[in-house]
Amino acid sequence: MSEQAFVQVRDLKRVFDVSKPWLNRVLERQDKQFLKAVDGVSFDIRKGETFALVGESGSGKSTVARMVVGLLHPSGGTVSIDGVSMSDAKAAQERQRLRKRIQMIFQDPYASLNPRWRVGRIIAEPIHAFGIIQGDAAITERVGELLSLVGLHPDDGKKFPHEFSGGQRQRIAIARALASNAEFIVCDEPTSALDVSVQAQILNLMRDLQQKFGLTYLFISHNLAVVRHMATRIGVMYLGRLVEVSDGKQLFAAPRHPYTRMLLDAVPDLAMVGKPREGVKGEIPNPINPPSGCTFHPRCPLVFDRCRVENPPVIDGVACHAVNAGRVAA
Amino acid sequence: MTDKPLPVLPPSRLAQLWDSDLVYSFRSSPITVVASIMALVLVLAAVFAPLIAPYDPFDPASLDLSDGFSRPMQPNEITGKVFWLGSDGQGRDIFSAILYGSRVSLIVGAASVLLSLVLGVALGLVAGYVGGRTEALIMRVADIQLSFPAILVALLVFGVARGLIPPALQEQMTLLVLVIAIGLSNWAQYARTVRGSTLVEKNKVYVDAARLIGLKAWPVMLKHVLPNVAGPVLVIATINLALAVIEEATLSFLGVGMPPTQPSLGTLIRFGQQYLFSGEWWILLFPSLVLILFALSINLFGDWLRDALNPKLR
Amino acid sequence: MTQPVLSVQELTVEFVTRRGTLRALDKVSFDVARGEVLGVVGESGAGKSVTGSAIIGLIDPPGRIAGGKVVLSGERVDNLPPEEMRRLRGKRIGMIFQDPLTSLNPLYRVGEQLVETIQTHTDLNAADARKRAIALLDEVGIPAPDRRIDGYPHEFSGGMRQRVVIALALCAEPEFIIADEPTTALDVSVQAQIITLIKRLCKERGTSVMLVTHDMGVIAETADRVAVMYAGRVAEVGPVRDVIKEPLHPYTQGLMGAIPSITGEAERLVQIPGSMPRLSSIPKGCAFNPRCSKVFARCHVERPELIDVGGHQVACHLYDQASAGKTEIAA
Repeated sequence: MSEQAFVQVRDLKRVFDVSKPWLNRVLERQDKQFLKAVDGVSFDIRKGETFALVGESGSGKSTVARMVVGLLHPSGGTVSIDGVSMSDAKAAQERQRLRKRIQMIFQDPYASLNPRWRVGRIIAEPIHAFGIIQGDAAITERVGELLSLVGLHPDDGKKFPHEFSGGQRQRIAIARALASNAEFIVCDEPTSALDVSVQAQILNLMRDLQQKFGLTYLFISHNLAVVRHMATRIGVMYLGRLVEVSDGKQLFAAPRHPYTRMLLDAVPDLAMVGKPREGVKGEIPNPINPPSGCTFHPRCPLVFDRCRVENPPVIDGVACHAVNAGRVAA
Repeated sequence: MTDKPLPVLPPSRLAQLWDSDLVYSFRSSPITVVASIMALVLVLAAVFAPLIAPYDPFDPASLDLSDGFSRPMQPNEITGKVFWLGSDGQGRDIFSAILYGSRVSLIVGAASVLLSLVLGVALGLVAGYVGGRTEALIMRVADIQLSFPAILVALLVFGVARGLIPPALQEQMTLLVLVIAIGLSNWAQYARTVRGSTLVEKNKVYVDAARLIGLKAWPVMLKHVLPNVAGPVLVIATINLALAVIEEATLSFLGVGMPPTQPSLGTLIRFGQQYLFSGEWWILLFPSLVLILFALSINLFGDWLRDALNPKLR
Repeated sequence: MTQPVLSVQELTVEFVTRRGTLRALDKVSFDVARGEVLGVVGESGAGKSVTGSAIIGLIDPPGRIAGGKVVLSGERVDNLPPEEMRRLRGKRIGMIFQDPLTSLNPLYRVGEQLVETIQTHTDLNAADARKRAIALLDEVGIPAPDRRIDGYPHEFSGGMRQRVVIALALCAEPEFIIADEPTTALDVSVQAQIITLIKRLCKERGTSVMLVTHDMGVIAETADRVAVMYAGRVAEVGPVRDVIKEPLHPYTQGLMGAIPSITGEAERLVQIPGSMPRLSSIPKGCAFNPRCSKVFARCHVERPELIDVGGHQVACHLYDQASAGKTEIAA
């Protein structure tokens, strides 16, 4: 890796206690149950790039996003941004300085804006919280500027969120993320609640803003096509683990992990070349009781004995015994 | 709130308000309109009692025993004075007594609703937002509270307060004690509702967005969550206003409420029922009617408000 | 040409509100042939789900069918009394919805629900109905169907549940199935399995399917023909390959360019400015005119009818001979 990545995620873990209430456990003689949502995930994000995490439901990609921005405490591992560790930033002041540089865009634009606040106040909130600009007139001007930046009218600040369409609300959410002059924006499924024509507008806008301000994105999505369009580098997650990390286009041209291959094969595509389907096997297992060893082994066409007992480490960007042992051309 | 004063509204704003869904649903429900007008008239009459009342029923100098037991709308047999709703045994004008009485009832009702609202909303917010043991503690206390009839709790609080306050101050402090007693007996309902809504709201991502910029728990609760859980609270508060007035009347009727020197509707009803069987029906009937009308109109308004604020029923 | 299984003719659905009448569907027409999968695609607010509800008579007040007709195998069904319509649903028209959890009653075993549906629509006895249910579960690809038939819905995974719903829709061997976003709630890998299943069943049984979805990829993989909807109207209908490779309507063209692909090389996605109009403010003339890059005078005043252009139909003045002289026809 390069000398010092902008964002460093090391061995990140998160365990959720999904046990029933104490009384039920005692009566039903059950043990506590834990869900390993994220299990030892490491990756780097370079400044100015878009790193995408892709995976199906239960893969833990959103949990990683929430830990990276600090909404959720990791059960283990570290996240550091520009050399400052999130967990070390004990002093309130230092943490607040770090927060200013990180923002998040959420999936549901209908829930991410407080319905009782006017849009202008929503966008101004980070400006107030971080004390970026003083004076009401200056702040109003800045809010208008931000609204124009995302393609809305400065007067739109006087309206309430319900007066806007889904796409426009996502623009407002982006304006709020930019209000603190953030450098690093975590985007959790930013377009999956939007229609395709609106999705194109938002994706284009995000790219334009990235070029204009040199933004770094962590882009979470289940949509491989969107990820391919946006990402510089891509990490594929399966059941809380990172199974493959690769340069954007490379992942699609030459997928290495058997899960990645299966996923790519399953995507319905407009090209309609009538490709024969491999016939995807099975479904994602229950993450509370994941399979032993490599969690993908029950669905894997390349499975052999070692896969059932030993969790494969990520070597050269791919976590698969078969690939690492050279059993398949990688 | 930090909202700046709004610029002068363009005239269309009023038209917009008139056309809004809430006002429309109000306009198109005649029962609600009638009930609200009735409630408003009763409240205004209570507030402006000193201006409206023809007599001051608490001024002993103005009372004349020979005015006693005048029938409604009929001249008194001795003095020839006409009392609209009659007079009681001491010659007190029932109409004026009702005006002043509803004033006391309303003050107790409104103040106790405010107390239970503030207490319940605060505890509910904390329970829902903080969760864990804090939540368990608050909600179990609420459960216990709700398993007693409100009137029993109020009686208990009232009794304890009686024991603590020196007898000399008791009469003056009654109103305050009543407010606390009724207020403390009703907070649990708010707490439950607010906790429920808070659990829903705190998982919405706008709360995450606020936490991301480093807002502490209290500002998030007050600035973001509270405005979004206010709707159901408003409904409960409206209906509870009627309940609190009735509760006050019940306490006063039982003799543990407002003293005769400062009668509320309940006190008036207590006096009145002594005369029921001796033929002086108006002393009981009119205060009771006002109490019923008030409770009914507020409840009808509250029912409408609940339906109007519930998006599922629209 | 043989008689279509389903023919929708000038179907209009209106919602009466106090602010005026909103037209959710405006003279929508299309046919579905025997054994054909017709994809109905559109963005939210295009009216694709309302179309499905209107066909099966599930438009609740204040909505109503204000015009047009629905013909099922030659028989008009949109004006049937509610009781007959209820019998028709399930028996002749099967339904598959987005969320399998809402179509299955969590309190009953899967088998009970299947047997009940089979017995409602056929005169099989309980034992035969159960055999039939097991056969259906087997057909939709549920492993060990004789054991799984006694499971409760929550014991099935999302994909397996959707298979059960498909089996439920097939119970009475309907001639026509409406599948409303059947794969939207599923993960990509499971989605592919369900698509394959629907296609296979269609081919084997000769059932016609109306597949309502917002996902062009699903349409591309599954449908034979596709109808593109916009603001309650059909913008374009044609064989799926033609519509995707050579879309005619400017809206369809924009839509295709807006979809990122896993093989394409586009650095920048095509952007259609603005968004779908609200029902309360559908523009005069062509509903797409404020967002269209090729708009001309006629589009503002006259609504384009569906016209035949090289094998498929499109509702756009650009392709009408009468206005051909006024503007360049886009290639």
